[in-house]
Amino acid sequence: MDARDHNEALLDQVRQAAATGRPLAIHGGGSKSILGRPVQGEPLDTTNHRGIVHYDPCELVVTARAGTPLAELIDTLAEQDQMLPFEPPLFGGGATVGGMVATGLAGPRRPWAGSVRDFVLGTRVITGAGQALRFGGEVMKNVAGYDVSRLMAGSFGCLGLISEVSLKVLPRPRASATLRLTLARDSARECILRWRHQGLPLTAACHHEQQLTLRLEGNRGSVDAARRHIGGEPVDNGEFWARLRDHRLPFFTGPGTLWRLSLPIAGDHPALPGTSLMDWGGAQYWLKSNSDAAAIREWASGAGGWATCFAAAAGVEPFHPLPAALMHYHRALKAQLDPQGIFNPGRLYPDL
Amino acid sequence: MLYDEALDGRLGSVDKARILRLIQERVPDLQVLHHREDLRPYECDGLAAYRTTPMLVVLPATVAQVQALMKLASQERVPVVARGAGTGLSGGAMPLEKGILLVMARFDRIVGIDPRAATARVQPGVRNLAISQAAAPHGLYYAPDPSSQIACSIGGNVAENAGGVHCLKYGLTVHNLLSVDIVTVQGKLLTLGADTLDAPGFDLLALFTGSEGMLGVVVDITVKLLPLPACAKVLLASFDNVEKAGQAVADIIAAGVIPGGLEMMDNLAIRAAEDFVHAGYPREAAAILLCELDGVETDVDEDIQRVRAVLENAGATDIRQARDDHERQRFWAGRKAAFPAVGRISPDYYCMDGTIPKRELPKVLAGIEALSKRYDLRVANVFHAGDGNMHPLILFDANDQDQLQRAEALGGAILELCVAVGGSITGEHGVGREKINQMCVQFNNQEIIFFHAVKAAFDPNGLLNPGKNIPTLNRCAEFGAMHIHRGELPFPDLERF
Repeated sequence: MDARDHNEALLDQVRQAAATGRPLAIHGGGSKSILGRPVQGEPLDTTNHRGIVHYDPCELVVTARAGTPLAELIDTLAEQDQMLPFEPPLFGGGATVGGMVATGLAGPRRPWAGSVRDFVLGTRVITGAGQALRFGGEVMKNVAGYDVSRLMAGSFGCLGLISEVSLKVLPRPRASATLRLTLARDSARECILRWRHQGLPLTAACHHEQQLTLRLEGNRGSVDAARRHIGGEPVDNGEFWARLRDHRLPFFTGPGTLWRLSLPIAGDHPALPGTSLMDWGGAQYWLKSNSDAAAIREWASGAGGWATCFAAAAGVEPFHPLPAALMHYHRALKAQLDPQGIFNPGRLYPDL
Repeated sequence: MLYDEALDGRLGSVDKARILRLIQERVPDLQVLHHREDLRPYECDGLAAYRTTPMLVVLPATVAQVQALMKLASQERVPVVARGAGTGLSGGAMPLEKGILLVMARFDRIVGIDPRAATARVQPGVRNLAISQAAAPHGLYYAPDPSSQIACSIGGNVAENAGGVHCLKYGLTVHNLLSVDIVTVQGKLLTLGADTLDAPGFDLLALFTGSEGMLGVVVDITVKLLPLPACAKVLLASFDNVEKAGQAVADIIAAGVIPGGLEMMDNLAIRAAEDFVHAGYPREAAAILLCELDGVETDVDEDIQRVRAVLENAGATDIRQARDDHERQRFWAGRKAAFPAVGRISPDYYCMDGTIPKRELPKVLAGIEALSKRYDLRVANVFHAGDGNMHPLILFDANDQDQLQRAEALGGAILELCVAVGGSITGEHGVGREKINQMCVQFNNQEIIFFHAVKAAFDPNGLLNPGKNIPTLNRCAEFGAMHIHRGELPFPDLERF
């Protein structure tokens, strides 16, 4: 047996928790611990349960255990000229595959490539009943039963312990270029919408302080043609996007609380005190602000979106409140799948 | 295949006259069909071999009517089966004698297209193709394109997580949705997802997509639209051996190319399609591959050269590129007409929908051939090769009871073969009623219990589409008595095929 397969130990810990009703606080590398409410519970560490179980580049599928370092997975794929298209953040380091799926965070390529859950094909899950179950699999298309694997993505460990995950991967683009243009935010956003509509090979678009930074990816021909069409100055390819993805740009170290606003791509720009950085071509804004949480949420809701607070101060809910009817079904689902309430209770919302 | 209360669960008694009266009292403007002759057109969906006359058919025109109907059904404990255009191939909309059939056909309005955001808001009864047609003046289209796209409804697409020939590059229905409004069994209206790229809370949009009408009724849908590709070119490659064609598929992916479409057909399917639509297919080939590249012209041309080299190396006996859009359409016409083409050479056919890892293709095709001989029925193979989704078509005559039974048994055996090599019993058609037994092969009892728990969170009394998608443990016990579970059998002898 693979010495890095610690599924039995995880199963034992969950079974004990289920037997005693004592909650578990699931963690991998802890790189995203600034996101979500604090959990009171016995720590459950997934990092020993690691390793890539199966990878066949011709199938465009990789299967890895939850504790596998995300950096290791990304490197393994890169050796075969493949990638995780949703560009997940690594933050300070230590990020794991399980944490990537459980938090569902995606990087600059998200609007063009898709989200974490879009690329989840299958999971092995340890359930509230203390059983190791398998949903989905290693095939691209699978509609047998409910799509439990995609439900697990972004559920912050509140519905069960993800112990293994199968992901669709894609070839890395052959050519890539990053350009910078000086443009006001309104004009930048209009340009992005127009270029997108024209089918230009955009795969990232970020605006901050009158600077629009764009990434083009595809074959050489389309990337070169788009560069000529758009103009602008070429800048260091790669590093900028990694720093944006991992919150290492100077913007992120400025004063104020960090908020993520998810907004309709062609909707309003945030009109809130503080500084902001537009990402995802306008579908995501990062906001550094000392404004009242309620005011930020009210504005976001009014704009057809919602707001998440990173490193939220005590008394501030990190996640946007849900409408009552929707919350009712969240509770019902939690009660069915985790009847003892042992998985990360309260990480997402107080009563989940 | 009809609902069996002993295996699928007791439905309780319902009084048709009373339910009809209650509907007429409480939802007076709701169109209700209750005469036997009016109900007959609804007795099956695209899985026409199995028929049940529904107790009542309702055709709501407003969300408020759907809510009122669901409240009434909940109070009276009457099962409700939702139906879109009725083109589904797995019997997901097969009615119940003791149930109401909720037909969403009158929700047929395209509410709006937002060209700036590249989205369309549509009602569930809108046909799949109608969305792309309405978006075309804006240079946009809706990517998922099931073969039935001229007739199938977008609500049904959501319920089944429908695919099509462009899934590998553009994804399934779940990848192309922004939000859906659903009415729960209690009559509550919820929005899942948002106009934003993600939404807070659990990803119920993903959970509901492909849930086969078991968790709620879709009443409004916002889809993503894509810019129409500037250019699309297609290669038609012939092979004298199916295995070589399978290897070529893997080699194309290994070359770092993601085609817009990558389809395979075997000799029986090639000849049937050629005789039907004269697509220009080589009748003698053991297999053909259709490989379409789309996008910016320079990139497409570059990839066409790359794929051509791969196909030559893989031993293609002939490689043709469609000279113009007309010929490209003709190449596709053969593939898109493959099902009806097979329908011409056999009184009936039964379409399977298993998925497999692509590397297992030669083994699975050999297995299907052996099973075809064992059950003495011909099988034509049509295959979404790029994403490992097989559509073996079993040829039989439904008027011959013995052939019908052999076709069912052969179909089940093919699905179990897919599971045995690490695949799934259904890639895009859904479990419905048709594959309810094979669910017991793909999932163990604990997994089935977990699915029931998901269901109970939304529909605690099991009133939505009972008997579909997830089998009861009773059914699995009965089915398991004849079969042995997952991997242990029934295919330890694969190599012998």
